[in-house]
Amino acid sequence: MKTFNYHSAKDVKEASKLSSSSSAFLAGGMTTIPSIKLGLASYRDIIDIKGIKSLSGIKVSGKSIKIGATTKHVEVANSKDVKKAIPSLAVLAEGIGDPQVRNRGTIGGSIANNDPSADYPSACIALNAVIHTNSRKIEAEKFFKGMFETSLKSGEIIEAIEFSIPEKSNYQKYPNPASRYAVVGVYVAKHKSEVNVAVTGAKSCVYNDKDLAKALSSNFSSSAVDAVRISSSGMNSDIHASGEYRANMVKVFAKKAVEAC
Amino acid sequence: MASLVGSRVERKEDKKLLTGRGKYTADVNFVNQTFAYFVRSPHARAQIKKVDTTKAMKAPGVVSILTGADIANDKIGGLIAGWRIKSEDGSDMKVPAHPPLANDIVNYVGDHVAVVIADSLDEARNAAELVKVDYKILKAVVDTKSAMGSDQIYKDIPKNLCFDWLLGDRAKVKEAFEKADKIIKIDLINNRVIPNAMEPRAANADYNPSTEEITLYTTSQNPHLARIIISAFNGVAPENKLRVIAPDVGGGFGSKIYPYAEEVVCSWAAKKIERPVKWVADRTESFLSDCHGRDHVTHAELAVKNDGTFLGFKNETIANIGAYASVFGTVTPTYLFGPCATGVYKMPAAYTNVKAVFTNTAPVDAYRGAGRPEATYTIETLVEKAARELGMDPAEIRMKNFPTQFPFQQTLVHSVDSGDYVASLNKAMEVADYKGFEKRKRESANKGKLRGIGLCSYFEACGIAPSPVVMMLGCGIGLWESAEVRFNPTGNVTVFTGSHSHGQGHDTTFAQIAADQLGVPIENIEISHGDTDKGPFGYGTYGSRSLTVGGTAIVKACDKIIAKGKRVAAKMLEASVDDVEFSNGEFVVAKSNKKKTIGEIAFACYLPGTYGEVKSPLPEGEEPGLKETSFFDPANFSFPAGSHICEVEVDPDTGETKVVKYTAIDDFGTIINPLVVEGQVHGGIVQGIGQALYENCHYDETGQLVTASYMDYTMPRADNFPEFELGFTCTPATSNPLGTKGCGEAGAIASPPAVMNAVMNAIGTEISMPATAEKVWKACNQNKKKNSEAA
Repeated sequence: MKTFNYHSAKDVKEASKLSSSSSAFLAGGMTTIPSIKLGLASYRDIIDIKGIKSLSGIKVSGKSIKIGATTKHVEVANSKDVKKAIPSLAVLAEGIGDPQVRNRGTIGGSIANNDPSADYPSACIALNAVIHTNSRKIEAEKFFKGMFETSLKSGEIIEAIEFSIPEKSNYQKYPNPASRYAVVGVYVAKHKSEVNVAVTGAKSCVYNDKDLAKALSSNFSSSAVDAVRISSSGMNSDIHASGEYRANMVKVFAKKAVEAC
Repeated sequence: MASLVGSRVERKEDKKLLTGRGKYTADVNFVNQTFAYFVRSPHARAQIKKVDTTKAMKAPGVVSILTGADIANDKIGGLIAGWRIKSEDGSDMKVPAHPPLANDIVNYVGDHVAVVIADSLDEARNAAELVKVDYKILKAVVDTKSAMGSDQIYKDIPKNLCFDWLLGDRAKVKEAFEKADKIIKIDLINNRVIPNAMEPRAANADYNPSTEEITLYTTSQNPHLARIIISAFNGVAPENKLRVIAPDVGGGFGSKIYPYAEEVVCSWAAKKIERPVKWVADRTESFLSDCHGRDHVTHAELAVKNDGTFLGFKNETIANIGAYASVFGTVTPTYLFGPCATGVYKMPAAYTNVKAVFTNTAPVDAYRGAGRPEATYTIETLVEKAARELGMDPAEIRMKNFPTQFPFQQTLVHSVDSGDYVASLNKAMEVADYKGFEKRKRESANKGKLRGIGLCSYFEACGIAPSPVVMMLGCGIGLWESAEVRFNPTGNVTVFTGSHSHGQGHDTTFAQIAADQLGVPIENIEISHGDTDKGPFGYGTYGSRSLTVGGTAIVKACDKIIAKGKRVAAKMLEASVDDVEFSNGEFVVAKSNKKKTIGEIAFACYLPGTYGEVKSPLPEGEEPGLKETSFFDPANFSFPAGSHICEVEVDPDTGETKVVKYTAIDDFGTIINPLVVEGQVHGGIVQGIGQALYENCHYDETGQLVTASYMDYTMPRADNFPEFELGFTCTPATSNPLGTKGCGEAGAIASPPAVMNAVMNAIGTEISMPATAEKVWKACNQNKKKNSEAA
């Protein structure tokens, strides 16, 4: 492990000011710390934002839930408000990693990292989330740009994620038997005027499957999923699952999610 | 006093281990200690043109950097293959040199090139990045099946062939096959797995310049073997100047039986720099450099009559032994494999032919079961296939071919002293509700799931091993075991055993045995193991041997204690030795009803004289003290056996396979502690199911290990399993006075075929291990296609 300077920022402004091209923000540290330890990443400055109170907490309004960036997975999983308004989101949080990860990992960290097999990005897409940063608001569709890539700029800090409350929704995933990350995760959400089918794990970045969404918009049932052909083109392929298998799993898990809605 | 043997005594060691108070090698620290970090080959096969350490030597904290050239200069010997195998044509096996630090070539990713020793681990690791190694990359040989036809790795080893070994009689098999109604054939892969002990390997060597003694702490199942190899073969220090201590060890599964390059290098380096050298593997190093297990490609055939009678068997196997011949790497696919190849059956003719090949992968050595799981997987999937092809019930075909008379002379080598295979299978079928399977299958079908049932009847040869037999077969060491039973003057007892516990529970079960033998409360008995400076030479723990061989040595040492105790008691009780009886910790003269406790006798032995109230005469010529040593060499292997029945549910949409019911009925002979035995069986089953459904060591075509972390290597987890139904039958072993047979490996031997037979029964297609979700899904899809084409 390479040594680094550790800073604990007292507010967002200070955190932003401390940042540079050789710094990283630290919330749960679930990816950053192992990467440093394994020598995969090194930084001159680590800026800890855990102590910034305004970044944590869950607020419900009539149409949305706003979750602070450093809110831990366990807090989302156990939140009565989340369970009531968007039960599938609480279930998703409860299924991330293991208890150690859920007790440290944060929602902001997860989406800023944008791991192709992370769970939260699918919730953002399915639930028409708006990402609030210290400088702007970004729609989820525009936030996730590619593998481990987001539209965040240098020094930009996620403050909160605001999810729209759907009519109904469900998240189903097939966890990698080794890592338990999603090989395929499908988040189906039925909103008043549209259906979103967000898929994680299958491709290099989370995406909204427009064909499934369209089919389900006109007929919200698992038989509608049956009629959609899922192409394996662009799907990830590795020792755990070929593109062909992932394409099948998108369909199977989309059906499961619709049936469980 | 009630007998402790057979009772569920809770493990004495658990409190320490479960509360974080165990002391492992990584917990050992010395004053002025340095840290070693190994520079490892990033290539599967390459020539080393140059190793440049100039820049690294200048890095902060660096104490020393040692390379293959230094090893050669100091004439440190190479790592050894401990078992000499001869090919069918009578020629000796061919093995390459295996220096602890590579000199001119590297042969697998992770091979040791240099060691950087620094004041801190971070400094050592950072400096290691500055060691410049100039490699000429060569084409790697990775695949087991094609290794013989690939590029030749070593100049003197044509076809990459270590040996081409035969056990059995080809002519007799040919004859038997000519008489057969049907030949059942199978091609299978026994997938390579990585042992994954919870505690990574580690070493900490301390050299004392004033006594010229090295003390090596290491993660070993077998510290005495480590000492003799590092002394006699590597030449690091004479045996009397090398103390090897294996403190608490967190699992091994075979991978810690023998010393590796790191222990040799740390010991040698500590002496060279006159400072302690500590090395602890990180998890990736463990994946890369621990010896792996299995890796066979097999073609097998079974000749049968239409009524299901077996006539003959042949097994043609290619065994991948990795880049170098490891200590037990050559015996695992031969004498631990071939003799068990015909399974639990009467088989009039059989042979096993094994071609062991070198590849540019980590060395392969013994892994829980070592050879016997590979043998059992082959015969048990073949027998199940025979049942299918003959339209017989898998249980019926097994019953038909079981021997019923014991001792049973097995086809290839073993004379099996005792067993009752019919009883085990009957009990397994009863406990598993074999008859009710069709009903459960319909219930699963209603949920859209495919349910399958699979059987496995196994036997294995363990209690390793009778020394004259194994040495005749090429083993370079004896395999007896020692025990020293030492009464302390105040009447409590320390028992030293040459075997070693790295999770097996010796502290408890061995104490139960000694408590029963000596009539001393179990809490007054301490079991000591793992330190070559304490207790006599021994051969460690593997091959389900500790209880059967090491436990017997304890019994025999206790016998000697009691014999001496009788002589002393006779003198003290004024009786003749023949009139003294010993039971429940008391020496009693029946005629006079006078008695002395064993504690009083021990005290007398240590204070032989008269001092005030104390009157402790010893018989004339009797030495003071009460301590006896025994070395036990068994007359035969022991032969645990049993039947396991597995039921799985397959989701045809995803290919996910779930073990929903698992029954294991085992015959381990006498059971000392059912609690410990059940734990061993659980662990073994889980490891075997791991191999069958999840675990797979994957090298890509260039020899890079793809599954080098838990992100990619699938370990089985608790939520993968149902409750296991365990049961036992008992035919005591006749080759040792305890009647025990060994239980450490049985689960891992029996479960892979039971699971795979169940999976294949569910989906109706042959597939190889591991039956991962995608593989099963593809098989289900092909079946769907076939069915729709047929319709």
